Amino acid sequence: MSGSIGRPVSRVDGPAKVTGAARYAAEFAPVDVLHVALVGSTVPKGRIAALDTRAAQKAAGVRAVITHLNAPRLPYRPFDERPEVDPSVGEPLRVFQGPEVRFSGQPIAAVVADTLAQARHAAALVGVTYAAQAATTTFEGGRRRAPKAGGGETRRGAAVQALGNAAVTVDAVYVHPREHHNAMEPHATVALWEGERLTLWDKTQWVNNDAVEIAHVFGLPDDHVRVICPYVGGAFGSGLRTWPHVTIAALAARLVGRPVRVELTRRELYTSVGFRPHTEQRVALGARRDGRLTALIHEATAQTSAYEEHTEETLSPARVTYACPNVLTRYRLVEMDVNTPTHMRAPGVATGLFALECAMDELAVALDMDPLELRLANYAERNEEDDLPWSSKELRACYRMGAERFGWSRRAPAPRSMRAGAWLVGYGMATALYPAYRSEASASATVFADGTASVRSAASDMGPGTYTAMTQVAADVLELPLDRVRFELGDTALPKAPVHGGSITMASVGTAVQAACEAVRAKLGAANGRSYAEALREHGVDRMEATAHVEPGDESKRFSSWAFGALFAEVRVDVDLGIVRVPRIVGAYDVGRVVNPTTARSQCLGGMVGGLGMALLEQADWDPRFGRVMNANFAEYLVPVNADIGELQVLFAPGDDRRFNPLGAKGLAEIGLCGVAPAIANAVYHATGRRLRTLPITLEAVLV
Amino acid sequence: MELPRPRRDIELTLRVNGAERPLTLDARTTLLDALRDHLHLTGTKKGCELGQCGACTVLRDGRRIKACLTLAAMQAGAEIVTIEGLAADGALHPVQAAFVEHDGLQCGYCTPGQIMSAVALLREGRTGSDDEIREFMSGNLCRCGAYTNIVAAIRQAADRAA
Amino acid sequence: MVPFAYAAAASAPAAIRHVAQRRDAEFIAGGTDMLQLLQDGVRSPSELIDINRLPMTAIEVGPKGARLGALARMADVADDPRIRAEFPMVAEALLASASPQVRNMASIGGNLLQRTRCLYFRDVATPCNRRAPGTGCPALDGENRLNAILGGSVHCIATYPGDLAVALVALDADVHIDGTRGERTIPVERLHRVPGDAPHLETVLEPGDLITAVTIPAGAAARRSHYLKVRDRASFEFALASAAVGLEVDGGTIRAARVAVGGVATVPWRLRHVEEALVGRPLSADVIHEAARTSSDGAEPRGRNAFKVALLPRTVERALRTVGGLA
Repeated sequence: MSGSIGRPVSRVDGPAKVTGAARYAAEFAPVDVLHVALVGSTVPKGRIAALDTRAAQKAAGVRAVITHLNAPRLPYRPFDERPEVDPSVGEPLRVFQGPEVRFSGQPIAAVVADTLAQARHAAALVGVTYAAQAATTTFEGGRRRAPKAGGGETRRGAAVQALGNAAVTVDAVYVHPREHHNAMEPHATVALWEGERLTLWDKTQWVNNDAVEIAHVFGLPDDHVRVICPYVGGAFGSGLRTWPHVTIAALAARLVGRPVRVELTRRELYTSVGFRPHTEQRVALGARRDGRLTALIHEATAQTSAYEEHTEETLSPARVTYACPNVLTRYRLVEMDVNTPTHMRAPGVATGLFALECAMDELAVALDMDPLELRLANYAERNEEDDLPWSSKELRACYRMGAERFGWSRRAPAPRSMRAGAWLVGYGMATALYPAYRSEASASATVFADGTASVRSAASDMGPGTYTAMTQVAADVLELPLDRVRFELGDTALPKAPVHGGSITMASVGTAVQAACEAVRAKLGAANGRSYAEALREHGVDRMEATAHVEPGDESKRFSSWAFGALFAEVRVDVDLGIVRVPRIVGAYDVGRVVNPTTARSQCLGGMVGGLGMALLEQADWDPRFGRVMNANFAEYLVPVNADIGELQVLFAPGDDRRFNPLGAKGLAEIGLCGVAPAIANAVYHATGRRLRTLPITLEAVLV
Repeated sequence: MELPRPRRDIELTLRVNGAERPLTLDARTTLLDALRDHLHLTGTKKGCELGQCGACTVLRDGRRIKACLTLAAMQAGAEIVTIEGLAADGALHPVQAAFVEHDGLQCGYCTPGQIMSAVALLREGRTGSDDEIREFMSGNLCRCGAYTNIVAAIRQAADRAA
Repeated sequence: MVPFAYAAAASAPAAIRHVAQRRDAEFIAGGTDMLQLLQDGVRSPSELIDINRLPMTAIEVGPKGARLGALARMADVADDPRIRAEFPMVAEALLASASPQVRNMASIGGNLLQRTRCLYFRDVATPCNRRAPGTGCPALDGENRLNAILGGSVHCIATYPGDLAVALVALDADVHIDGTRGERTIPVERLHRVPGDAPHLETVLEPGDLITAVTIPAGAAARRSHYLKVRDRASFEFALASAAVGLEVDGGTIRAARVAVGGVATVPWRLRHVEEALVGRPLSADVIHEAARTSSDGAEPRGRNAFKVALLPRTVERALRTVGGLA
């Protein structure tokens, strides 16, 4: 083995990205491409009573104005089994198939024109009259119900009784707002028909499913749709599903007989590609005087749309993070007239941990116990919910490494007791964890007589470094230098890959790449001491290819696999002006084997930045009268800027989880966001003595 | 001097990366759209079209600007440099190389804008401290959160240039 | 964006005549706010007259004060060592504005005319009296965290978003205007109009009026001055509250004081009663506290912006303490 795994290899796609050569979806420009602009509804619920498209049709450069009145009925062939990224209950929004308006911002017409400026102007000329209906646009006003998909409640022991009998209890409600992925690259689709075959250059985290979904919409054989997406300019979950604009691109291209491009505006992104749902959570903890948990009740109520049921794993941390004999979780939904929420980085887990880890901090205060000691006192030696041993767990090491690097022992326990000049100083910590999943995946590997290799899988790289990590895995198995191996992804013409989400890519595609490379070596005969050129000559060929399909084994029946982490944050608070700054965050992680320490560290750094945004900045300003996100831009929906970020440190506990998969990697990305917001919120409490349970923690909450 | 007659279609020559590029454009065309859709220089990224993200940062007469906030017509005669014009003879510009070396990128979409901004920052001499770099790089959002590595890359490029 | 015609002006009089005569013709300078307004469909000019080639970029500083050409770029003024020395609050207000790229583009004159960031003004799918007179003001009872607590009316509470104008108002700066009826000079403080019952009339400018320069008188209070901007992010965000303050202190006594605030009012807002409470008093933390605590007098909070009532006096107090050496 050349041993590139575990080495801090520079991103192999770095040169393409720093020179502007890397091409993202909107940048593929087939000859004669036309431009599409969308018309969004401006009422949250009702019917389109009348449409006036005359001015738009007459506008310069316009080729077509597509509405429900002139769009063809699309087959929308039902699925035997829905793609795992789509909600199992409800029906996805259909495009231009009827006059119903289900949320403000719903695409109700599309204009195709020669230039983007012409298309957008004409879209603004489309006159719409609505028959508006009473809409449910407040969380409080929506009906609360259990998920129709089931799984709304779990019980272990008797939590309610145990809480009643507990020596020490805390019981509080935590709220976080609707948040948006806001990847830098806007979603875009370029569509090109050649007869009954369709090519889409689309921003997606799952080219295979994108193709299948569009094939279902248009009633085509799956293999008639090819999806290409070599680069994804961030997505964080917004690219998991195939959203309506992809269908609009394909439909528009079909109707005008030319390729088209749909590129969503920043404002449109707030209603087109899902969001993290507003969620309210109650956490009640009961403990003995020594800190051991005796009861844990965690209830979450999240918004969903009226037409689809989006649920997330908000309550899984409550069930597995700590040892506790009595656990009750209850998940509820509120239907609102909004577009359907979707998964956003560490969906559910990051927000469930926010509530749980703040509650643990409150319990530590009630017990007069160090927050870290409280976590250690309740360390879960196995997954008590599933009654399984961990495939690996180095969380104790994370706590120790993180605390040491951070200087947790310098923390004076009392709130408002630490200062730096005029600033109040607070230290806070939180546990992080995220389930490690693995899925079936395929890859192919080809070696050539010139001593190079090409390895392929229809995977995706939205930033974590799939290109780089897969190149490393392949190079190691093939015993080739990194620069002799080329990894291709993001094309349905390549061997099938699972969704690029849930941090499963390394464990799934990585394992397939490993297997394909091993297979091609086996096909050639042991290459020991022989060059590939010699081996190929002996076989009388100039190249040799092998394909591998790998599936998870029964490991998930025998072990529970999670990534873990410990987060420590320092905040400085100017209570007069309400300003909170975060000079330092330290995160220590157990993610199994680290394939590339450089890109792995970057993932965790990015999670800290995202978590800081979640803690202090991000929220959609929702106006229920219009059912609209009012700050649908980058000036007023605040994500962190460079000046918000202080010193971030990432540590990895040694790990190699071969029980989980042959590569030993548990996956990371989601774990990076976990635990950051509660560590910061807990630090704000420590600095100020004020327990703030609603995110983001903005100036007005801190002002005293 | 009388005002030239205002026109909806503008004939102009853009000077981009040292080349003269004659164009006939709808007056509404932003510099960003002219670069991406008409000159096919897609290295300059479109993130918000409202000057709020910095992905479209280019140099005009050596100074950094946001290409989405100006009309192409307003840039006739100006010297525009985009990310494609930075590398000389196939060799990465020191700032580009530093971004790769320090992993100052993840998805890569904000990266050309970050790099153009950083190149200008070095010329502006705003690299006295990491805090100064952070402040003067705050016009470029990075949703992947690569800020720490971006600062490290710029620090290295500044130190090597010194 | 609506289709518009474009021309670059080579002379000011011709440009002024043209814009005055053509319905919906507008000047465009740096373009940094105009392009946003065009993209969002808030503005729909028939013609845009590019004034960037007019010779109005000079920055002159003399013993009596500074003259900033209307087309001087924000970054150039902020970086000018004479401005930094003689008018620190001006340089600081500029550096706290927008981003380095925008400051390289945006002009001084255009910055004064920047339109509000009120969320409803910028979303054409919602009513707005300022953008579409008579349609109503959803901000009154809506998402108004960014909106004004001072200078509003029942028709509009849109905050004036800029930083520079706040400093200029504090310093008694003048704005020089060329128009069809010749040149005139008015205090920057009289450039913007409070919304009253006509929020769509944002300034006193008439069609064709072109800002040509800003002049700022020099003085001890300008030299000893500071601009403090409070916001959620550490950078690149509009103010939730800001204060431009200057003090002239002689033998421990405050001889002159300048206090204007931003982020909280419909126009750049001078706090003369705070200044009066400082002048003639000894420079001390107590005096500053007593004067600053009245900063929000007369404020009319409406829901989410209520925190500004408490934030504003503290912002003014902090800025005054900083400039008084008492921070």
